Parts: sequence; structure tokens; C-alpha cells
Amino acid sequence: MKIKNSIAISNTGFIFNPVSGESFTTNQMGVEIINMLKAEMAYESIKDHIMDKYEVESTAFEKDYYDFVSLLKAYLVIELDK
Amino acid sequence: MTKLSYERPVIKKVETGMPNKFGLRTEYLPMTEIENNKVKDLVKEYGSPLFVISERLIRKNINEAKRAFTDRYPKVQFAWSYKTNYLDSVCKVFHQEGSWAEVVSGFEYDKALKNGVPGKYIIFNGPHKTDEELLKAINNDSLIHIDHLDELYSLMSIAKGCNKKAKVAIRINLDCGIYPMWDRFGFNYENGQAWDALNKIMLNDYLELMGLHCHIGTFILSPMAYSVATSKLIDLSLNLQSKYGHTISYIDLGGGFTSKNTLKGSFLQGVDTNPTINDYADAITSTLINSNIKPENLPTLILESGRALIDDTSFLIGSVIANKRLTSGKRATIIDVGVNILFTSFWYDHKITPAQPFSHFTEDTVLYGPLCMNIDVIRESINLPLLNKGDNLVISNIGAYNMTQWMQFINLRPNIVMIDLQNNVHIVRKRETSETFERSEQTPEHLNKFEL
Repeated sequence: MKIKNSIAISNTGFIFNPVSGESFTTNQMGVEIINMLKAEMAYESIKDHIMDKYEVESTAFEKDYYDFVSLLKAYLVIELDK
Repeated sequence: MTKLSYERPVIKKVETGMPNKFGLRTEYLPMTEIENNKVKDLVKEYGSPLFVISERLIRKNINEAKRAFTDRYPKVQFAWSYKTNYLDSVCKVFHQEGSWAEVVSGFEYDKALKNGVPGKYIIFNGPHKTDEELLKAINNDSLIHIDHLDELYSLMSIAKGCNKKAKVAIRINLDCGIYPMWDRFGFNYENGQAWDALNKIMLNDYLELMGLHCHIGTFILSPMAYSVATSKLIDLSLNLQSKYGHTISYIDLGGGFTSKNTLKGSFLQGVDTNPTINDYADAITSTLINSNIKPENLPTLILESGRALIDDTSFLIGSVIANKRLTSGKRATIIDVGVNILFTSFWYDHKITPAQPFSHFTEDTVLYGPLCMNIDVIRESINLPLLNKGDNLVISNIGAYNMTQWMQFINLRPNIVMIDLQNNVHIVRKRETSETFERSEQTPEHLNKFEL
């Protein structure tokens, strides 16, 4: 699972998909996660990084992470595993 | 190193075109305090959900309403509408501010007496009054507003039986351009029912006609409708003067004024578009002043306003139970406030404000209550900041009807607190417990034993 190479994301959270022409906005947490996904980090590493930096419980983050990823999939921002 | 505060990740598609008229963002700042009491502290001390009433706001509202009318008309009397909120503490604040009591049942009548309101300052409205209740009201010199002919005949007979004159008015329904016309209450003006009833009263030895009453509807957005209603009551009053030489003591315009709430389906926020109390006062009093009633015969103007005086004095604090994603991709948030305690969510898009700081990101959310019932929807669509489990919300403008029309259903009803003028918090109705219900229930002996 990785972010499509063609997807452009700005530091302020503006996302553009040049293939579909669709654009999206995301918050700072979304930018961080997308950048880590772009860097092909695994879920465990992403979770450790977020939990080191932010005041959040492991279960709460897990729930939010998978909800977020399901939206990225729905918006075709993520390249699905073959 | 202190960790940063967490906000869950969110992504929104940028859409062009018409904005969603139901999803306009209303709140930019959290509501962390109510009358200098921190919301989090209130929840910690009294639980969630929690009704919070501000004594200061009640007094402010009634005094502003009194000023709006007395600045324009010499004789004005407010009567607190018990059914809108009959918590004793609420009623007593209004009585301390000079309001009489307006009740619509024997239960409410007894409540008013118990609250210390003298019988002669209780207005007894409503379509159902038992013979015992009517007798009590006659003996207490209360103002009985007759709703139908059956009640009129009962009253004649009861008053004759106790050889005492009953002080009465009739409720009149009339066409003042409002739809729907509330013709189920009282006697109709246009078809002559009201005049017939007035003749019957005037010709009876045991009834004393004190006034004329009407209540044209609820959440009336047009002040001019009150002007039309007032002019029709004035017409009856002038006819009574001309035929019987009888001067009525008061005209009672009832209630029905709007609060600051936004009706479902409204394009704009109620706080920006609903008439103010001054608009209603202007329409009613100018009609009275400009009428042909002689200055010495001007009746007292009685107002039974409920919602307009209590709605924005009260808040309902709730907590987030869970967040879900619906199959449509829409965010759903479940809170611990159900429609059983927020009845008015069927009518209004209440103002709902998070009680903790939030970022500028919002999600179009459907807010569900905690009941295992499909109808338990507090808001079908609201743009809310990103809420987490355990976060608190403050629902505003909920003082009218919720604390009387609420029902014990699935969950027990929560604490109600009142914050006084010194910002001290008092419980004015304790949360229900299982014993609240066990006290009223009885089980036949043969049902007590079973094996599974």
C-alpha cells in the first residue's frame, strides 16, 4: 500500500490528483501520515512516530489511521496492493 | 518533552458548486464555560448528559420582555407558562420577577399553588379540567379560561352548586393569516361561536367575565398576526361594552413568540431572522393603543410567553461516545444525548458547540443519540470539528419543552443544575435511578419466580 507517485501534496495539506483532476484538503496529521506512506513506512513505524510526538493512545490512533486509509483508498489516492 | 495535542487525520474532497445549505459552519470558538463554570468541571461533578440553566439569563429575558411591553403600554402582566418548563426553581425565578402562573392541567395548577402563587394569580387554561379542579379554581378565585361549551356548562353548574361566582374568560380561535389555524382550542371568532359563548356567560348569574384570551399558534414568525388577533379581541370587547356595558379587565394574547432557535429547513440562522420581543410588543400594543377602546377602559395586557423567555437560558452538555464511518463515507458521531431528552431536535437545528479547543478542519457529520432506535437523530447534517471519544459538546437554546416533554426511555433522565447569580451551581432536579421506577411498579406475586 503506497501513495500513488502522481499525487502531489503541499505542506499545507492541499492534495492534487492530476490523473482524475480531483483535489483534496487534509489536516496536519493527514499530511504527516501521507508523507510517511509516500516514504513507504510500515504501519508500526508510523504509529511509533505519531505516538512519540503526539498525546494519543495506541488504540485511538489505530482506529483513526485505518479510517483515514479507507478514505484514501476510496478517493483513489492510494495504490492498492496487487 | 511535552507531547503535542493530537487531532485525528481527515481528508476532504474539494467540491465546487452550491454550498450545502444545511451544513453551514456555525461555530468558530469552543464553549468551554457556562456562566464561569468550566464545562469539563460540570461534567466531572454532575455527569453527562447534563442540563444547565442560567438564573441570570432568565431574569435578563423576563426583564427585557417586560421593558419591551411596558415601554409601550401602561398595563402589562406576564404569566409564566408552566408547560414550557415547570421545574419549581425555574417557576420561582419567574414568580420572583412578578410573573403570574399559567397552567393547563390540575397537576400544573397544584404545582403553582405549592410554589406559593395565590389562586387569584393563576390562569387555568387547557381543554381538560375536571369538575374537582374547576371547583378548586372557583374557590381560589383563579382565572378560568373556558375552552369549549361542555366546560362552560359544567362551570355554570359547579359555580351554582357552590353558590360562588367563577371568574372566567373564553379562549378564542381566529383567522389571523397563520397556517395552520389552531381551531381545536376555544371558540371561533369568525363563525360567531365566541360571541355566542360570551352571551351565555354575560347572561349567567354565576359567571363573571374577566377577559378574552387567544393563543394563535407556536413559533410565530410574523408579529403582524398578533396585531390582527388583537384587533379581533378588541372588536369583541367593544361589542361587550356596547351591548352589556361590560368592561373586561384583560386581554390575554397567550404566547407563541419565537426564540433564537433555527427551525429545521430554514435557510438562515434563527438568531438573524426571527422577530425580537420588541417586534411583537410593537405590533400588539400599537393595535391596542390605536383602537376605539376609551383610555379609562384599556384592559390589562396579559402575556403567557414561555419559549421566548426560557429557551436561550439553558444548555445541554453531552459527550461523544463513538465515531463511525457510514457506508456513504459520511462521518457519524454518537453522543450521549438522545431525542428522549432533546425532544426539540425534531423541530430545530440546535446550535451545537464543542467544549474543547479545535482546529479549523470540519467534517459533515450526522449526530446520533445513544438510543437503540433508528429515530434517534439529533442532527442529520452538521459541520463539526474533529471530535474524539470523550469530547464534550454544548447544545444551546434548549430551555423550552425539553425538561417537560422529555421521557424516560431506554436511559434514565440526567441531572439538571441551575447556576445562580453568583455562579454557584445547584442541582434542581436529581438524576433518575432505578428506584425512581421501582417505586411506581408493582408485580403480581405469581410472576416473581421463574427458571431459565
